[in-house]
Amino acid sequence: MADVWLQALLVTDSTVRLAAPLVLAAMAGLFSERSGVVDIALEGKMLGGAFAAAAAAAYTGSAWLGLLAALVVSYLLAMLHGFATITNRGDQVVSGMAINIAVAGLGPVLADAWFHQAGRVPVFGAGTRFTEIDLPFAEAARAVPLMGSFYAEVVSGHNLLVYLAALSVPLTAFVVYQTRFGLRLRAVGENPAAVDTAGIPVARMRYEALMVTGLLCGVAGAYLSIGQGAGFVRDMTAGKGYLALAALIFGKWRPVPTLLACLLFALADALQTRLQGVTLPVIGELPTQAIQALPYLLTILLLAGFVGRAVAPKAIGQPYVKER
Amino acid sequence: MAAGATRPGEAPPPAVELQGIDKWFGTNHANRGIDLAVMPGTIHGIIGENGAGKSTLMNILFGFLEADGGRILVDGEPRRIRRPEDAIRAGIGMVHQHFMLVEPFTVVENVLLGAEEGPLLRRSRAKARAELGRLARDYALDVPLDAVVHDLPVGLQQRVEILKALYRGARILILDEPTGVLTPAEADHLFRILTGLRDQGRTVLLITHKLREIMAVTDRVSVMRQGAMVAHRETAETSREDLAELMVGHKVILRIDKGRARPGAPVLEVRDLWVHDRQDVPRLKGLTFDVRAGEIVGVAGVSGNGQSELLEVLSGILHPTKGEVRVGGEPVLNPAQGRSLGVGHVPEDRLRVGLVRTFPAWENAVLGHQRDARYEQGGFMRRRRIRDVCRDWMRRHDVRPQSCDLEAGGFSGGNQQKLVLAREMEHEPGLLLVGQPTRGVDIGAIELIHKRLVALRDRGKAILLVSVELDEVMALADRILVMFDGTITGEVPGEGADERRIGLLMAGIAEEAA
Repeated sequence: MADVWLQALLVTDSTVRLAAPLVLAAMAGLFSERSGVVDIALEGKMLGGAFAAAAAAAYTGSAWLGLLAALVVSYLLAMLHGFATITNRGDQVVSGMAINIAVAGLGPVLADAWFHQAGRVPVFGAGTRFTEIDLPFAEAARAVPLMGSFYAEVVSGHNLLVYLAALSVPLTAFVVYQTRFGLRLRAVGENPAAVDTAGIPVARMRYEALMVTGLLCGVAGAYLSIGQGAGFVRDMTAGKGYLALAALIFGKWRPVPTLLACLLFALADALQTRLQGVTLPVIGELPTQAIQALPYLLTILLLAGFVGRAVAPKAIGQPYVKER
Repeated sequence: MAAGATRPGEAPPPAVELQGIDKWFGTNHANRGIDLAVMPGTIHGIIGENGAGKSTLMNILFGFLEADGGRILVDGEPRRIRRPEDAIRAGIGMVHQHFMLVEPFTVVENVLLGAEEGPLLRRSRAKARAELGRLARDYALDVPLDAVVHDLPVGLQQRVEILKALYRGARILILDEPTGVLTPAEADHLFRILTGLRDQGRTVLLITHKLREIMAVTDRVSVMRQGAMVAHRETAETSREDLAELMVGHKVILRIDKGRARPGAPVLEVRDLWVHDRQDVPRLKGLTFDVRAGEIVGVAGVSGNGQSELLEVLSGILHPTKGEVRVGGEPVLNPAQGRSLGVGHVPEDRLRVGLVRTFPAWENAVLGHQRDARYEQGGFMRRRRIRDVCRDWMRRHDVRPQSCDLEAGGFSGGNQQKLVLAREMEHEPGLLLVGQPTRGVDIGAIELIHKRLVALRDRGKAILLVSVELDEVMALADRILVMFDGTITGEVPGEGADERRIGLLMAGIAEEAA
């Protein structure tokens, strides 16, 4: 019994670790998409942030400067997306894809040029990463059955960025539903003409939304390379940006349901690591590839079957042009 | 005009004054030196046909569009209004024809948007509730505050729009075609609201093309035609007929010689035809008429009274909710099948419906007939053949420049029209539907187009002509049907038609009363 409980705690713990970047990216996407700008470039911004964080941390030896670099790069990529799609009314999917492809290529090339490690940026040394923080009384609590061990294993012992990810959800919900900015954000994605006639500049609102998107994606990227991991490797986001986007759609562009969707995807991911090499009754040992595909299969299943009518912001994907 | 203060005893300055407003859209002169003065505490109507430039003018006043010339004075002071927020600050509010509401928002959220107090919503919500309660009491503007706008009927959605403007402190309220989406009962309630607003000292600008509304609720009225302000009247001192005539105007059209019509068997038979729009408002209310071979039937009326819908139904674009349309005894189901029955259609909006702007003239010349064996062989277009045909038509219909490769959008409006007319007439339709054949066409070309229509008639074809130019209808038609509010109010013979009688019918005054 105790063993099963411990197994469950370990899976939950790794679910939290795996969910953190998804949650950050999904909240990032929520701001952009609620403002009416489709953002498939979450992937590219995360990857760019991951590279920048690793490069800056390796160069300066400071995790904080690494995070700052990730924020700056991801923010600039978001502004590029804005310039292409808001100012110049380009196609949002095309612009997003272009950013993804450009970053996927640029990262390894710059890494190779600067660090000569076959396109990787290893990060080592004291203070170059965000390391696990033990919350107060974690060791003491371990003795308490159930709740205590949960506190020690799952709640405590993550790096700062995980707690930031956890905080991002209630914060997003508050901003979106309780503030002036949130009201205008939701309005501009539904009916930009109404926002315009209410005397609020549509383009500025959308740029402001993208700023938030850029910063949150930067945190997600830094988490991958100097939080969870220790360095940048080619394509290290591995589709997490798209997964976050799927979670956002599955969560109907609302913060809490989106969080739950992220946790579901992360759970599938945590399970697949555990299931590798395990022999199941009747079926026997599953091929590793089939297990690794689990989170992605789950995505397809959920989006195809269980979302119901996804009520996207009505003006999503449409550049705003004043009617004559 | 001196800005600002008025001495006691002196009449107050107009609430809104427009001086010489000019606006161009490309080559289209949408507002031509418009002057307008609206006195405070009055309901001022602006009437004109669709496309007369009313909405453009109001969008300029609200800062949605910027004028190319002229000035705007509010309460006697010159104001630069370049964006909606400038207008809001000057005390101007606008209820748009298509509501500017966020549908999944509640009424309170919609009212708050852009008028919040501080960065958090809590306090704003409380204040808005109190203020909206007060406005509801003062002006009979009851709306359930926590209802989601999407779930409200259009009449209430419109009240939300009015509340939005009043909440922002609008002293001058512009309503653009406010009754288009309302039932008669809702419209009457709206008028009571507007009267209430006026009685409490606010100024209302009512944009409409409906004479009934002008007569029912306004104090003064200004008439626009083709981008120009043509008349100002005290509502009490004018009449429907007077206004109808001012709206439509008189275009000098040369009389053409045509012989007597020799009508044959009916080609088009319309029986009890009803059409409802998306808001379920009836646009055509039980029309019944025939068009015979060898005659031109003209449809006259102030635009917006169902003529456009009539053309769309007859050509198969729009489906009737009730009744039937038969051509040569067969029902018309869709445009392609209509063509196979020999229906030609020169649509009112040639650039949107009649042509593909980015296709060259030769491709446009066979649009809708591209499957015809003359133009297609084994799935391939017979390019040389089509180009020869196109060149021939361009020469005979005087389309300039005579270049088959020029994109349709590159021709002037008049030449685009000649291209469409050439295509539709050269396929020798049994029935030709023509909407506004000479809109934006110069005098010389008008004469040519008219002659060709008469020639087509003399070859035994049936023609239905819809035009807002009364003189055009009178010059061409053998019989004239007059439409008002989705019905045919009367039929007048084309020969020696009495213009006054047509004017009365256009104003919706039935023959018995006339």
